[in-house]
Amino acid sequence: MPNLTLVVKKSCETCLLIEPVIRLLAELPTTKIISQDTLDFAADIAVNYDETLEISHKLGIEVVPTLIVDEDGQEVARTHGWDRDQWQSILGLTLTSDIPAFRPGCGSKTHDPGMQERLAARFDQDKLVSRRLAFEDVDPFEVGFDQGWSDGLPVIPPTAERVFRMLAGTTRSPQELIGSVPPDYAPCTVEKIAINAVMAGCLPEYLPVVITAVEAVLEDQFCMHGLLATTYFSGPMIVVNGPISRSIGMNSGGNALGQGNRANATIGRALQLVIRNVGGGKPGGVDRAALGNPGKYTFCFAEDELNSCWPSLAEDSGFAPQQSTVTVFAADGMQGIVDQKSRTPESLARSFAAGLRAIGHPKMVQGSDAFLVISPEHERVFRDANWQKNRLIDELIELLMIPGAELVQGAQGIAEGIPETLKDRTICKFRDGGLRIVRAGGRAGLFSAIIAGWGASGAIGSVPVTKEIYT
Amino acid sequence: MEMLDPTSELTPEGRQPLARLTDLKGKRVALLDISKPRGNVFLDRIEDLLKQHGAETRRYKKPTFTRVAPDTLRQEIAGDCDAVLEALAD
Repeated sequence: MPNLTLVVKKSCETCLLIEPVIRLLAELPTTKIISQDTLDFAADIAVNYDETLEISHKLGIEVVPTLIVDEDGQEVARTHGWDRDQWQSILGLTLTSDIPAFRPGCGSKTHDPGMQERLAARFDQDKLVSRRLAFEDVDPFEVGFDQGWSDGLPVIPPTAERVFRMLAGTTRSPQELIGSVPPDYAPCTVEKIAINAVMAGCLPEYLPVVITAVEAVLEDQFCMHGLLATTYFSGPMIVVNGPISRSIGMNSGGNALGQGNRANATIGRALQLVIRNVGGGKPGGVDRAALGNPGKYTFCFAEDELNSCWPSLAEDSGFAPQQSTVTVFAADGMQGIVDQKSRTPESLARSFAAGLRAIGHPKMVQGSDAFLVISPEHERVFRDANWQKNRLIDELIELLMIPGAELVQGAQGIAEGIPETLKDRTICKFRDGGLRIVRAGGRAGLFSAIIAGWGASGAIGSVPVTKEIYT
Repeated sequence: MEMLDPTSELTPEGRQPLARLTDLKGKRVALLDISKPRGNVFLDRIEDLLKQHGAETRRYKKPTFTRVAPDTLRQEIAGDCDAVLEALAD
């Protein structure tokens, strides 16, 4: 005789409807009735009251009623809701025809809002392997400071329940190894990223972006170790492209580089917390920045690709518009470009070039890369003149070919500069491929922004990395 | 309240420094340039001083200052030399 398990709850209309069937099955010696919400349903029969929902959780119940048949410990059949023909077929019995032949079931209590994470935290502890630390009689929001986990702002306490909820945002296994995070080159799993994403304030749907950002900065060409260790200003900046940037509500419009959007703010912060906590990279330790920049708390925004007349940053790297991507860049803070008079692309390009020349030092060449973030009103000048993005970059590069005589040490009364031997050369401000354009910002304002990069770019330092996001 | 540890949970192994050299005479000292500007200025001067103390020197250079020294370079220095001096410069 096979064993039968029937999971029900009194608050389910379908379960109430089939009470005669529950009574019939209860008479069989091998039947176990599991009630999720009360000890007295069905009335006058022996039920197992699953008060903690552990049994339902371990059985993977999503709907009640659910009927499970097992033989020799192996499940051989399962049905949910009420479908008389199917129940009769599974049981090999003729069941009452006094009730309707079909009724859908109701949601299992294990799927009440927030319940899955609570149950996982209680009954699936072995799925998370991080050390569990108990804190008594403390303000949980002070623990992150006390333990050295914080970037200087409060962190959300990373309880198992919150981490399980975060992990629902990805299909990846918690124990999947993403890479080794410098400076300690410590192994970093999806679970460790999820814990830090919780602390940063991320929602679960942001997690795939955070994981991809971690993967991107761990690419050798990005040179995360050097970027962390440098005395320079820079830290990792994230640009998100594609449908996910819109589905998770990222800001690519007004104040895109500023505060106020949860996704922008917490994704960038989560990456920094992974470097701090998993990699061990802390200011005053291996992080030797002389000044740093405010973007080292968080620096993340989306490109406004839908309203742009140009291919997106991701398309520039060979990705399709329907692909979601993360681009990471070793970035300083931003420097504004104000030009409210130019109405021709030639004039506006000269303004951009003048601003770009100043990054790092007006006499520094072939050092930093730069991202030029162009606002809608500035883009309109190029759109109206039918200038494509490549045309603008070509024009900027031409405008930034600088005579060596202006750059050498001592020129313009400034000791800084390139060696005297280069005075007869003409040298571009940027290395090949070192200037990129992104479109973002609010609809009003003839302002754009330069985000300069680490002074060590290209093969000797960092190259931006773009990676596709997978859930 | 119970929280999950966000760190790597690594505990660095404590290691004793190697015995210090008591005398430079006849010792081979590696001079490692990390490829920052003017590292050679610093190392040239150090090399002069080491030679005055009877040491032999050997020059090495990292491919770039932004990355850790390749394993092969570290192994080469460890195998061939009694001590190493690294120039940070700038």
